[in-house]
Amino acid sequence: MADFKGVMAYCEVSDGKLTSLSRQVLGCGKRLANELAREFSMVLLGTEAEDAVQEAGMFGVDKVYVVQDPLVQQYQTDTYAAVMVNIVSMAKPEILLFGQTAVGRDLAPVLAFRCDTIVVLDCVDLRIDSETGRLLCTKPIYGGNALANFVSSSYPQIATVRDKAFPVGEFSDAQQPEVITIDAAIDDKSIIKTKLLQKIKEEETGVRIEEASIIVSGGRGIGSAEGFQQLQELALLLNGAVGASRPACDYGWAPPHRQVGITGKIVSPELYIAVALSGSIQHLSGCAQSKRIVAINKDPEANIFNYADFGIVGDWKRVLPAFKNKLKELLASSS
Amino acid sequence: MNIIVCIKQVPDLQSSASGIRVDQEALKVIMPQGTPPVMSPYDENALEAALKIKDTHGATITVLSAGRNLARPVLRKALATGADELILLEDGAFEKLDSFATAHLLAAAIRRIGVYDLILCGRQAADTDAGQVGAGIAHRLGIAYVSVASKIVLDKQKVRVERLAAEGIEIIEAPLPAVITASSELGELRYPKLKDLQAAQKKPITVWNMNDLGIEVSHLQRLSMVKLSPPPIRKTTCMMIQGETPEQAGAHLALHLREARLV
Repeated sequence: MADFKGVMAYCEVSDGKLTSLSRQVLGCGKRLANELAREFSMVLLGTEAEDAVQEAGMFGVDKVYVVQDPLVQQYQTDTYAAVMVNIVSMAKPEILLFGQTAVGRDLAPVLAFRCDTIVVLDCVDLRIDSETGRLLCTKPIYGGNALANFVSSSYPQIATVRDKAFPVGEFSDAQQPEVITIDAAIDDKSIIKTKLLQKIKEEETGVRIEEASIIVSGGRGIGSAEGFQQLQELALLLNGAVGASRPACDYGWAPPHRQVGITGKIVSPELYIAVALSGSIQHLSGCAQSKRIVAINKDPEANIFNYADFGIVGDWKRVLPAFKNKLKELLASSS
Repeated sequence: MNIIVCIKQVPDLQSSASGIRVDQEALKVIMPQGTPPVMSPYDENALEAALKIKDTHGATITVLSAGRNLARPVLRKALATGADELILLEDGAFEKLDSFATAHLLAAAIRRIGVYDLILCGRQAADTDAGQVGAGIAHRLGIAYVSVASKIVLDKQKVRVERLAAEGIEIIEAPLPAVITASSELGELRYPKLKDLQAAQKKPITVWNMNDLGIEVSHLQRLSMVKLSPPPIRKTTCMMIQGETPEQAGAHLALHLREARLV
């Protein structure tokens, strides 16, 4: 396996900039490359790739692989996987990192099987085993009830990185990375099987949940979409965003991309207000890193109270309007 | 229309949210005593999606499950809800397989079944949360793959899938046969009727072992667990906000948050 060398980070771009999670992936990748004393490279696919190349130097990247072919204009599993297979067989990285995003969790497994290797998804820690030089992947299992360390016996060792589990890469003295432009030549067209027909973006009202400093989140106990409307009003008042537990999304009271938890978004706002939400460990995995947690629940035994800083045992339908009115009063008097 | 649904049997994490322990020596997660085995929740969503297709288009549903000492009643529930056949891949060697080996094993069994249009499985299992067996099956069989589906619509020899993307959904068209992994939006598994549950107990089950499949799984492991630890605990002392009425408590909460400069 000696021919696999170096660390590679797959990065995503949004509005011409590297996403926050991509910067965390870069920070983590650079640290691993330093530990191994190996080259650190980065991959950018898509039309916005060029804009982000400028940023690469600030994360200590030695090489940037850029693919801007019209074929990769939008994310599609089959085309992206085919392009990545080409890049991996050319660059042969020993470690390949993705963010645990909608793209990462879809692309990394497909790529791994094509490369006859395996991926460890949703890692919260990544280290080099000082004896073997292999990648130790720490990943929550059993819905977050245990933390396991895995080692892969095949190369590249692929992992996806959970959002907010790693610090953003440190800005070192900017260096000029070598830019390698690759065209998306896919020889075997038969591996492109699926077709993206349409992308439907949910209309966002207010702040994006990933960036909100205050999140008002509702659980099963909210009981209806109308109930979520009340949470939305509170979120607007606080200039925050609405979140939801998986059951609440499954009932259709909140859209899927509002889901907080292992299979949803990982958030770490200044303030997380959990309303009528019991606090399953799957949900807490997505919000436990919030600075402060408030719990409103009528069940005094609800698990959420074990994680909360402030709690009220009571019916949210009675607590929340009064809470909101008092807040309005306080906010008005301070402005 | 022939549909194969892959179902993993897992301990019921929902019934035993607390009391899960970790044996760091044996690298094992210890469930509280009496925790029942269940179908992994996303696999139940996959089965429900298959049943909905059967309802509208008609289909034969084969349920496939791999492991060691599989609990029959758990998997027979799939028959009771409307699946037509149950095939168990059971062997001493099928315990603690990683996703790589599991995908190879399931793909070998699917090849042996031979006829299939749609293969459905959960997006990730409730115990390992590994999330890649579906991708592996599709790769092994050389067929189309769509992950994290929230809606599946059949259209002759094609399937239209809505899948969850970062800020909305993507609509993907895939040719058949295809592997699709299920998200919870596909719907909760229907409750079987009592008479169907009883009838399911009498239905024959097919069991295949490693020899039947002609596959050696021990060479197929790619991942080993080298350490297991309990999750970090967030230490908080919760300040309980009191009030004579819930309304008063709500108002007090606002004052406390203001005082702490959180709002």
